[in-house]
Amino acid sequence: MRVAIVDESAARASIIEEGLSALDGCEIFVIGERHGLLARIAEIGPDIVLMDLGNPSRDVLEEYFAVSRALDRPIAMFVDESDEESIAASVEAGVSAYVVDGLAAKRIRPLLDLAVRRFNAFARLQSDLDEVKGKLAERETIDRAKRILMDSRGFGEPQAYGEMRKAAMDQGRRIVDIAEAIVTAHELMGGK
Amino acid sequence: MTSELTIGFLPLVDACLPILAREHGFAEEEGISLRMVKDVSWATVLDRLLYGHSDAAHLVAPLAIATTLGRGRPAQSLSVPFVLGLNGNAVTVRPEIADVIGVSGKLTDPSEAGAKLALLARERKFAGKPLRFGVVHRHSSHNYMLRYWLASCGIVPDRDVEMETVPPPFCADALESGDVDAICVGEPWNSVAVEKGAGRIVLATAQIWRRGVEKVLAMREPVLEQRRSTVEGLIRAMRKAGKHFIDPENWDVNAQILSRSEYLDGDAKLIRHAISDRLLLEAGGEPVEYPDFMFQYREAANFPWVSQAQWLYSQMVRWEALEYSIEDAAKAGRVFRPDVYRSALSGTGDPLPSANSKVEGSLTQPTAVGAQQGDITLSNNRFFDGRVFDPADIPGYLASLP
Repeated sequence: MRVAIVDESAARASIIEEGLSALDGCEIFVIGERHGLLARIAEIGPDIVLMDLGNPSRDVLEEYFAVSRALDRPIAMFVDESDEESIAASVEAGVSAYVVDGLAAKRIRPLLDLAVRRFNAFARLQSDLDEVKGKLAERETIDRAKRILMDSRGFGEPQAYGEMRKAAMDQGRRIVDIAEAIVTAHELMGGK
Repeated sequence: MTSELTIGFLPLVDACLPILAREHGFAEEEGISLRMVKDVSWATVLDRLLYGHSDAAHLVAPLAIATTLGRGRPAQSLSVPFVLGLNGNAVTVRPEIADVIGVSGKLTDPSEAGAKLALLARERKFAGKPLRFGVVHRHSSHNYMLRYWLASCGIVPDRDVEMETVPPPFCADALESGDVDAICVGEPWNSVAVEKGAGRIVLATAQIWRRGVEKVLAMREPVLEQRRSTVEGLIRAMRKAGKHFIDPENWDVNAQILSRSEYLDGDAKLIRHAISDRLLLEAGGEPVEYPDFMFQYREAANFPWVSQAQWLYSQMVRWEALEYSIEDAAKAGRVFRPDVYRSALSGTGDPLPSANSKVEGSLTQPTAVGAQQGDITLSNNRFFDGRVFDPADIPGYLASLP
C-alpha cells in the first residue's frame, strides 16, 4: 500500500511516518512542499493520502480527486462512507484521509487508526510544549513584578512575593494576573 | 438563558456579519454567545460542519448545494436560512495581461475585455501555453461567475483555457510566480496581489452579474431544526450587523475588528477599501470607487431567494456536465430557506418580499416589488450579457447558454 503524507510540519510528518512504518507492506512518501503538490501525487500514485485539516491545499487536492474520478484510480474521501465513527475520529484528530475507491476497509482501518493516534500524540506534545512555554512566561512576569516591588517599595524578595499573593487571594485572582497588572502599570508610568 | 453557537469561517471580508454580530453585542442581545472557528480551506470548514465541530458555517453558496446533492462527498442535507452577501469578488490578472485586456485606472467593460481576452486565449493556446485561471473552489460562485463571463465572450473554459483551484492566501503568490495568469477571489486577496505588484484588478464580479449570490450561512438541516429559535435570533443579530457594516461612520472600527489576528489577520487599510466599495486597481494608483462591490444589507440582500439556489444548480449542471433533473433542481431550491428568514424577521419591520423566487437578471432599473412587510425596491440585477434566468424553465435557460 502506497501512503502519501502531505504535511508542512516536518515534525508531525515524521511522527506519523514513524508510526506507519510499523505496519507491514506500507510504502510511505512525505510531501512537505506545497509547490508541485499535484504533480508529486500523480507521480507517487498513492492508495491513500493523509492531509492535516489545517492545510490550505485541501481544496486543491479535492478538486484534483474530483477530476480524477474519470481516471482508472478514482479517489474518494475517507475509508468507507458508512464508517462514520472512524471518519469522526479522524476529523477530531485533525487529519483527513483520501483513499482509492475499492480498497478493502480492513486494510485501511488499522492504518487510519494508527494515523489518528499519531496525530493525537503530536497534538498532546504540542500542547505540553505550549504549557511549558506558558509556565515559563508566567514565571518571568512574576519575577519582573517582584523586582519592581523590591525597587520601588524597598521590599525584600519574600515580602514582595507575599504582597502579591495576598492581593491575589483578596481579589480572587491568580498571582500571575496581579504580576501582569503591576508590570503593565509600571510600564505605563514610564518605568523600564 | 444564553445559547452557544459555533460558526466556522475562512478569513475573508465577507465573513463580516457573524463576526460583527458577535463583536458589537447584537448576538448577545438575542441571548446568543457566538464562538468563531477559523480555518484555511473550505474542505475543513465543511468537515467541521458535517461532523458537528461547528453548528453553522460561512460557506461558498454552491458548496451548500453540492453537499446536499452529494457531489464530492456523501450527500448530507444542508440548509441556508441567510445569505451573507452578494458579490465582493474580483478578477485580478498579471500585469502584461492587464496591458492587453484592461484600461488603465478603471475597471474594464466585461464585454470589451472579454473579446480581447478571447483573442489572447486563442494565441496562447496556439502557442502551447494556454491561459491559466485560478479559482478558490470548484463549487464556488467565483468559478461560476468567471466561467459565465468567459463562455459569454466565446471562450470555452475547459477547452480554451485551464482552470485550477488556488487557496485564497496563495493567490498573490500564484500570480507572481506565473503559476496562473488570472485569479478570481474575494477580498482582501485581490488587493494583496495588487499591492505586491503581482497583478491588476480588471473586473469586479458584480460587473458580470450585478446581484450575484456569494457566501451563505449554512447548517445541517437537522441542526437548523433543533436550534431553530437560536438561528432566528442569529438572523436578527446579523441584520443589525449588516446595518452597522454599511454605515460609513463605522468603516474604520469595523475594518479594525476584522483585521484582528483571530479573524482575518490582515491589513485594516485593505479591508477598509473593500468595505467602502473602493478598490486599488493597480499598485501605486488611487483607489477607485465601484458602488455595490460588496452588497451585504440593502434590498433585503440577505433573503435566501430560491431562484438564486436554482441558478447555482443550473451552473453546476452546466459545468460538471450533469444530467438536468427536476428532482435535483427542486432539492437545490429547498436548500435555501426563505421560510426561516421570514419567521425570524416577521414583526421587526425589516423588509420581507412576498415572493420566494424571482426571475434573476430581469431588472434594469429600480423596481418596487411586492412585500410581506416594509417596502422593497430592487435595482439593476442584470447579467452583463443581458440573459435572464427564469427558475420555472431551467432546461430552456441551459439550452440557451453558449
